[in-house]
Amino acid sequence: MPSDPAALWVGPHPTHSSIEAARERLHLNEPLYTRFFYFVRDLARGDLGVSIRTHNPVSEDIFKAFGATFELIVFAEILAVIVGIPLGVYSAVKKDSFIDNASRVLAVAGVSLPGFWMGMILQLVFFRYLGLLPLSGRVDTLMSITNPIAEKTGFYLIDTLISGNFSAMWDVFKHMILPGLTLAAYPIGLITRQVRSMMIEVLNENYIRTASAYGIKKRKIYFGYALKNSLAPAMVTLGLSFAYTLVGAFLIELIFNWPGLGRYAANSILSMDYPAIVGVTLIVAVTYVVINFIVDLIQAKIDPRIKL
Amino acid sequence: MSEELVRFEDYSLDFMTLYGRIKALKNVNFQIRKNEVFSLVGETGCGKTVTSLALLGLLPSNARPRGKIFFEQEQLTAQNVEQKRGRDIAVVFQDPMTSLNPLYTVRQQLADVLMARRQVPKKEALRSVVDILREVQMLDANRVADLYPHELSGGMKQRVMIAMALSCRPKLLIADEPTTALDVTIQKQILWLMKSLREKHGFSILFITHDMGVVAEFAHRVGVMYAGSIVEIATKRRLFKNPLHPYTVGLLNAVPNPRVGGKLRAIPGSVPSLVNPPTGCRFNERCERAFRKCFKETPPLIEVEDQHYVACHVYGGDENG
Amino acid sequence: MKRRLSWFSVLVIFAVVIMALLAPIIAPYPQQALGEPNPAERLQPPSWKHIMGTDHMGRDIFSRIIYGSRTSLIVGISVTFLAALIGLPVGIVAGYYGGFVDTILMRVTDIFLAFPPLLLALLISSTMGKGFGNAIIALVISWWPWYARLARSQAVSTKNLAFVEAARSSGVSNVMIMLRHIFPSSIPPVVVQGTMDMGTAILEAAALSFLGLGIQPPAPDWGLMVSEGKNYFLNYWWIPTFPGLFIFLLVMSFNLLGDLVRESVDPRLRRRFF
Repeated sequence: MPSDPAALWVGPHPTHSSIEAARERLHLNEPLYTRFFYFVRDLARGDLGVSIRTHNPVSEDIFKAFGATFELIVFAEILAVIVGIPLGVYSAVKKDSFIDNASRVLAVAGVSLPGFWMGMILQLVFFRYLGLLPLSGRVDTLMSITNPIAEKTGFYLIDTLISGNFSAMWDVFKHMILPGLTLAAYPIGLITRQVRSMMIEVLNENYIRTASAYGIKKRKIYFGYALKNSLAPAMVTLGLSFAYTLVGAFLIELIFNWPGLGRYAANSILSMDYPAIVGVTLIVAVTYVVINFIVDLIQAKIDPRIKL
Repeated sequence: MSEELVRFEDYSLDFMTLYGRIKALKNVNFQIRKNEVFSLVGETGCGKTVTSLALLGLLPSNARPRGKIFFEQEQLTAQNVEQKRGRDIAVVFQDPMTSLNPLYTVRQQLADVLMARRQVPKKEALRSVVDILREVQMLDANRVADLYPHELSGGMKQRVMIAMALSCRPKLLIADEPTTALDVTIQKQILWLMKSLREKHGFSILFITHDMGVVAEFAHRVGVMYAGSIVEIATKRRLFKNPLHPYTVGLLNAVPNPRVGGKLRAIPGSVPSLVNPPTGCRFNERCERAFRKCFKETPPLIEVEDQHYVACHVYGGDENG
Repeated sequence: MKRRLSWFSVLVIFAVVIMALLAPIIAPYPQQALGEPNPAERLQPPSWKHIMGTDHMGRDIFSRIIYGSRTSLIVGISVTFLAALIGLPVGIVAGYYGGFVDTILMRVTDIFLAFPPLLLALLISSTMGKGFGNAIIALVISWWPWYARLARSQAVSTKNLAFVEAARSSGVSNVMIMLRHIFPSSIPPVVVQGTMDMGTAILEAAALSFLGLGIQPPAPDWGLMVSEGKNYFLNYWWIPTFPGLFIFLLVMSFNLLGDLVRESVDPRLRRRFF
């Protein structure tokens, strides 16, 4: 496969003239700094260029793909929070009990699992052998014809809910479980560990001793006092896990044929689609920065000692 | 003579740790009476804080206690002590800096205690916080109530802790070195505050300290602890006038007296290991009056004169000195 | 319970090391492992002849897994080692000199740290081209900033200690001070972190080779084997399952050990009150 962008652009059956035309179009004959200038200028206008592979504007491609990926990530993160925080708290409170040890092992397992492998195993078990869940994709093709989804937010779960399209919603959900679960393994492990160690540290603090000495109910101590104090670093971890989940999503999307950024990026990389690659990188970087910023905000909200 | 409020009866305490079994308390016997200030003195690590934790039932899971503690003639168990915490017994800990939760305002934390212990409904609890703060002479109580702990000075934080303790209307206030972490001027204020509050409300105070000066000013009766055992109990006056136990003598000699002047006399040697304590009296290696029996048998606490108890072979039974 | 876990982890790591070292001896079909195809026995399920079955080219999976242990271990060790090798001096210099040098160096590391971990490696890999060496380089480039940070904070706290002051005032040159005093104290946290990171390094390398960016076929790499099995696994489950299982077990063992070691060393992780 040639690495010449112009040739790639033209695709199969390149002729000399078409390649030349492509060269012109892509400004490939001009010096590097001019090309960079075009790039920045277009960027300012929100134009990320045109994909060599699909010949669509990159921004358009990315927008569609982004929704898919983001929904998956949010699903996984919510799962991680719902499972990870209580598990971490319980582990810390009942330290060295069976549940504690078991959840620690699970947490380490979550962090050590190769996502691409676990996805396959889940597919084997739930699709191949149990026939419970679909293999891949975001929505059943038949379903998308009979009950098309009105795309409003790009989040299919929400869109189907709003429009009352419940059969489609159930279908979307079924499609999301396996990839979501696979993706959630890592953040669950991370959050459980983090909450656990922070809780243990906090529970050793003097102010917990004070609360205990004044007869404040245990449950209130754990969830009211201790948890709030543990939450700040947990939020940071959450933010970090977003980053890792973002990358993990790429791999998962390959396995589950999920129409998201990951698949788009992977295809772009494999076909050396430079504008697309650059566009994806930018979007990812921006998202990452925004998420970190939000995490900082939340942290400041929880802890009055932090000043913005 | 007032009635008994707290009684430790042959109370011993071990801690199971990786380094071995720490024999932290050995046969502790003492009483605290109603409406008195009982001061527990001794150097760091002698077991004073642990004693107060034992009373509160706040010992860690690796603690192995033996013996009994009585509160108002009722033996304390893990269950009933939880009921008494924050109601009959309140505590002010040593380090005000870390005793309050940094993420909640003063008002919220004090209100939480009121709700938990005095069953006050939430709205009323939040409101009455200001009154409680005024009782402890907190200036600008209304504003302070809504501050976060890190916005308060050390003295203010300790006042909040005292307010917290007071709000429970306790019968016993445990004050574990409440002024050690504070400036000298603030110390005086806090001590004076506790004194006046006690006189007003009539509760007892178990005052834990290593500062003999404070003891002289504040206490009614004193218990001297060394290496996990009580070595002497007396009224303040008797203790200072006629200290019996060699350790007490050493302690008092180590306090600089500007009127007398002269050399400070330290006690030679150091505190013994609590994992492998010496047989007999734990002070034996450092005691200038020790004799053979001191290395074999632990001296029991006996009453030598009225209200004055010592655990020392020099005063008990036969003397070979 | 903890002891059983640590024994298990040690056992796994030990087994993998043995596999790597004695591969030619242990593997039942060494030539197949190294890529010699065996079309007659394609896609066979696990049997006595092939304990873990054969892949789409008839190669014995078990043998390939044994040989695959080599790349996994090499990656784990070399990435952490090289990253530390780069990160330590950078961190020490930044921490010791402080000021302008520090700011610049830290800004540089910040840029690297701003990227989500695997992403950077992915980008570098895809621009540099495929291959084992390039994958390692990509990973090292994305890892060293962490160690630089670690070394720097250690250097900062060490440089203010009394004995460094003493050395400086007696005229010892800065380079000597850094070598003799700062360097030894910066090593331990980096080493501890490095050993804990080996698992993650192996995981990331496996991801890279899964994507085809790492070692190339027909080499027997676990990540690569999972990728090769991707198209067959629905009907021939054994092809990706075993390699992935080994990745999982090895990474988990490293992580478990690191966790357990850290917990016994860190005094903050003990319960006090109730």
